[in-house]
Formats: sequence, structure tokens, C-alpha cells
Amino acid sequence: MLSGDDDILREAERWRREGRGVAIATVVETWGSAPRPTGSHLVIDGEGTFLGSVSGGCVEGAVITEALDVIEDGKPRMLEFGVADETAWRVGLSCGGRIRVYVERVS
Amino acid sequence: MNLDILALLNAERAARRAAILVTDMAGGEQRVVREAELAGDPLEEALAERFRSGKSGLVEADGRELFLTVQVPPVRVVAVGAVHISQAFAPLARVAGLDVTIVDPRTAFATPERFPDVPLLAEWPDEALPRLGLDRYTALLALTHDPKIDDPALQAALRSSAFYIGALGSRKTHARRVERLTQAGFAEADMARIHAPIGLDIGAVSPAEIAVSILAELVATLRRDRRRAP
Repeated sequence: MLSGDDDILREAERWRREGRGVAIATVVETWGSAPRPTGSHLVIDGEGTFLGSVSGGCVEGAVITEALDVIEDGKPRMLEFGVADETAWRVGLSCGGRIRVYVERVS
Repeated sequence: MNLDILALLNAERAARRAAILVTDMAGGEQRVVREAELAGDPLEEALAERFRSGKSGLVEADGRELFLTVQVPPVRVVAVGAVHISQAFAPLARVAGLDVTIVDPRTAFATPERFPDVPLLAEWPDEALPRLGLDRYTALLALTHDPKIDDPALQAALRSSAFYIGALGSRKTHARRVERLTQAGFAEADMARIHAPIGLDIGAVSPAEIAVSILAELVATLRRDRRRAP
């Protein structure tokens, strides 16, 4: 892959070994013209520091907010973003696509 | 995700072995399947297809929704020739996310001063390439202009499953190279794997421009199934 997702997962492991809370977000499904392909990762630590991307920058903020809750309670979450979604008025994909993002804690 | 699973995925990637993470979307249970351990897996068929395509995605199995995160080794470029073009190519390729290794037995060329922060092997291709292991995620560039160095590198690449093989030199130079490789026992189908003259035709002049054209051709080969018909 050319995306550099390799380094991202290595960083996630390193962060966790340092004792930081870490969550991994993964694009699991896309419809229409989505900015990042299925399998793309965003990793987040408990302070909101992040690496990688799940969209072109459109929904990362919302994913990070949810990720902080996931780090807190350990329950994985499935998030959906897109124009068909009511959240489109707040955060959405300007490209008109839709994506599903799975967020899990590294324990 | 369990830290052990994350560490296993990272170790497999570092060892240049393909692996798939299987995640149950309902319960979040996870396991890792290595390509070598595919036989007999309940998801064997679906996983084999994913290893081939390299694409992650959702599958249904026994009424469960599973996400398959496919992890293939990072794309690596072995550039034979510690030449001017390679000096421009190495930093460009790094930005594009490729691992670059330079091989050149001529110690005057293969110096860390000329290639800061690039893995550099001052060895003949016959020694270096078997150790590096050319797999289907590897590209080989023959850039020395010297048949004594380029030819053995190209022969090793043609015997491997390298996804991209490129050779620097004019059409005339390449015609002579094809003659030599034919005499060495390689077939026409082998020659068709060699991109020569190397690089996309963008009218490149300087070493840096040639490096851009090589990188562009490499990406175009890697992503050929996504390209629009010309």
C-alpha cells in the first residue's frame, strides 16, 4: 500500500506500550465516491492525538470524539457518515459518498 | 483490539508476510490468519480471494458479518545503481510510502554521503538480491547502464514474481540487452515484463525528472486495475 497505514499501526502499538489509551478507527464500508478506501485507519490516543485518516478530513473530528468515549468504556462502536445521514448537517462528506467506520479500543 | 493481535499484525508486516485480521462486527472478536496457514480455515475461500486482491472488506459467514482487514507487505523498490537518478528517486519514493533499498557494488557510488538515510548495499546483485528476496510486492530498477551489474539483477528479477521491472537505457541499448537475455535462455514473455526505456514518457530530461517518470510508471503498474482505459 502507498497509504502509509503501516506506520500508523506501528505507532498505535508503540503508544499502547507507553501506557497511553489508544483506539483504532477503520473504514469498513463505503458507498459512492468516498475519499479513503475500505481498510483505511485512523488511530487516536486518549489526549485526542491522531494519525492517519478515514476521510479527506471531513469527519475526522467526529470520529476522534467518539474514539475518546471508546477509550473510556472499551465498547466498540460503528459510526456512519454521509449525505443520507441526518448528521450530514453537522458533519458529513462533501463528496456525496457514505462511509461506515468501526472504532475499537486497543486493550 | 488486543495488544497481542496488534503486535502480531505489525510483526507479520515487518517480516513481509501477508496476513488478514478477521473481526466479528457483532461481538468484536478477532483473529489473525497468515497466508501460510490458510488451508483448512473455515473462511479459506473468502480469505484466499482477499489475499489475491489485497482489498479489505465485509463478508457474511453463517449469518455473521465479518470485516477482513487485509494487510499485504509494504511495497519495496530495489534500485540497482547508486547513480544520480537514484539519488533523486529515493526521497521521492519515500514520500510516496515506498521502501527503497539501493544496491551497487561500486563503492565509489554506494556511499552514505550520496545516500543519507537510505539502506545501501555495496554488493553485487548476485549476493544482495537473494538475501533481499524479490517478492510480488517488490519492484526492481536496473539503473547502472553497465550490463555487468544490470544483467544479473534483471535475470534475478525475471526469475522472481516482482510486480515491476524497469531498465534504464535507450531502445538500442535495450535491443542489445534483449539479445543477451535471450542467449541466457529467457523467453519473449520474460522480455515483455521489462519496462524499457524505463519510466512514463513525460519528456523527462534531468535525473529528478526521470525519477518522477519512474515513480509514476511504478504507481501506474501497482494500481493498474483502477486506471481508466486510455
